[in-house]
Amino acid sequence: MPSSSTRPRGRKGFWMNLVLAKTDTGPAVGNVFVRTHGRLPGAGPVADIRARAFEAYKRAGLPHRRIEEWKYTDLRVLMRDVLPRAPQPDTAALARAKAAVEKAAIEGAAKLVLVDGLFTPNLSDIVQLGQGVDVRTLREVLENPANEGRGDLLLTATTDAVISLNAAMVTDGVVITVTDGTVLSRPIQIVHVATTSSASSFTRSYLRLGKGVQAAVVESFVAAEGARAYQANDAVIVSVGDAANLAHLHVVADEADATNISSVFVALGAKAKLNLFNMICGGAVSRYQGFITLVGEGSALSVNGVNLLKDKQHGDTTLVIDHAVPHCTSRENFRAVVDDRGHSVFQGHIIVRPDAQKTDGRMMTRALLLSDEAEADNKPELEIFADDVTCGHGATTGALDESLLFYLRARGLPEKEAQALLIQAFVGEAIESITNDQLREHVIAAAERWLEARG
Amino acid sequence: MALLEVKDLQVRVEDREILHSLSLTVNPGEVHAIMGPNGSGKSTLSHVIAGKPGYEVTGGQILFRGEDLLEMEPDERAAKGVFLAFQYPVEIPGVATMNFLRTALNAQRKARGESEYSTPDFLKKVREVAKSLNIPQDMLKRGVNVGFSGGEKKRNEILQMALFEPNLCILDEMDSGLDIDALRIAADGVNALRSPERAMVVITHYQRLLNYIVPDVVHVMSKGRVVKSGDRQLSLELEAAGYAQFEHAA
Repeated sequence: MPSSSTRPRGRKGFWMNLVLAKTDTGPAVGNVFVRTHGRLPGAGPVADIRARAFEAYKRAGLPHRRIEEWKYTDLRVLMRDVLPRAPQPDTAALARAKAAVEKAAIEGAAKLVLVDGLFTPNLSDIVQLGQGVDVRTLREVLENPANEGRGDLLLTATTDAVISLNAAMVTDGVVITVTDGTVLSRPIQIVHVATTSSASSFTRSYLRLGKGVQAAVVESFVAAEGARAYQANDAVIVSVGDAANLAHLHVVADEADATNISSVFVALGAKAKLNLFNMICGGAVSRYQGFITLVGEGSALSVNGVNLLKDKQHGDTTLVIDHAVPHCTSRENFRAVVDDRGHSVFQGHIIVRPDAQKTDGRMMTRALLLSDEAEADNKPELEIFADDVTCGHGATTGALDESLLFYLRARGLPEKEAQALLIQAFVGEAIESITNDQLREHVIAAAERWLEARG
Repeated sequence: MALLEVKDLQVRVEDREILHSLSLTVNPGEVHAIMGPNGSGKSTLSHVIAGKPGYEVTGGQILFRGEDLLEMEPDERAAKGVFLAFQYPVEIPGVATMNFLRTALNAQRKARGESEYSTPDFLKKVREVAKSLNIPQDMLKRGVNVGFSGGEKKRNEILQMALFEPNLCILDEMDSGLDIDALRIAADGVNALRSPERAMVVITHYQRLLNYIVPDVVHVMSKGRVVKSGDRQLSLELEAAGYAQFEHAA
């Protein structure tokens, strides 16, 4: 397995790790689960699955660096503990949430808003979604005894401690079902707003697209004024029907002390097209993990990502792309810009199953380090079991090109502006993959805000 | 007042002294040619005037309209009216030429306390200049210099010169890599910018360029010094006799 690290870590953390491994899995969350278990949505089979998921989490504890998938993102160090669940937002909190939603809203998109992990109809625009689109809350689906398989909603093909914790603790989310052939006239924006400090939220959403559906869905993570050091744990389970076309964007613009753990699961149908885009430009600790399985022949997957990190921000994008069938293509294109003591992680795992002949998979990751203390880790992993495939990966890490900087400065651009122009060009290579003009402009604006905040 | 005064300039790169007590005075409206063999320090002089990092000035000074240029950042020098046309203009993928031109022009105007150009005025101005330099519109939409031919890159430098309206233009080996037709277009562009307020320093190996951009003063550099100055006749003599006669003079 090829692995490259621009700043290999020493043995310094080893002993500390041993000690931490002995600490329990977080007394706060343990107590919270016991106390609130009965009040979480869904009785019967749902409660059973929650209890089992919590047992699985308790056995494993928060992921740490000796678990390969979490090698560079040791949550026992970065997160330490899982905070108590956020209380139900009161009127004042909802007013602050409303202001945050207005700021984060994408013009023309239909908003579905979750405040502190609870769906908030007053801030959402369900009615605008039109025919062929059914939106329910996860809470109502889990609580409806007529849904016999409702407990299964909390199961995923891949699981780890943070996903188990999500299944155990989830309070709400949206379940979006789009019938065959529906073309969504406007993007859907799921806005996650945190209003509390030192509390956590657990959300899980479903996106089920029928055959031939065309849709764009954005997930935005933001803080209301005054929210500090909260933790968001989100999961999204996506199925893309045959010949459907989905653009799925994920923008982490959390408050500077926040933690965001997002897990995305996708099953991509035959001849379907999926453009995934992830940007981390906020939060203290962010992990975006995508598990994408190509289950139908002739599908095309494109994943683009941008990490914009400064101060001591930690941003991790981890992708597992599973080519289960022949004749599919996958493209991964990742850009990291790291300033100050920021730490960017990209792990790209491509699996090509024995039957997945004629797979064409490519992965490119580039990191730009703006300070001597910035760190970027790139870990490509290719597991190829078929013999007639094209698979490649590349990684570069470097500083801004001095000759380009001088050229721009000699034309009158002050240093920060010259850097900003080159950084925009660098991340532009990933951002230009977004074909919807409004969504692309939204992401560009978020990147520009990050650049302006750099000063 | 002289526009540019270089006095006893001494410059080092790492441990090697490249310029030894170099002096040069350029007045408004004048065109100076600096000629000399490879390694004589011509490009170093242009880089130090523009403020390129990596050079250590160990002595002397550079005054631009009486102000100490060496105290200024490269972008401040540009805003004051110093323009270096690069020998090798860099390619900047992902930065559209038009966006770059507008950002740079407005940054300079902002630094001078002037108002920013309105979009229609800016576009009109760029289009006019581009047309006179045979620069097609689609080139302006591409990344800065990306995929441009040698001649196109040099024309893009002159386009910027015309747009920014600097007081001092330093043309570093503008003729390198250009065929005769491209050279003529570039030289016509430069000549159109000659004015009583603006001075030019034309750095070149070859007298050929000076047939198109006719200088008022010609300097010969060798081993980090100006070893001879004269009128245009000097460049013609050099063409006939070569630089060898100056190798020992330094």
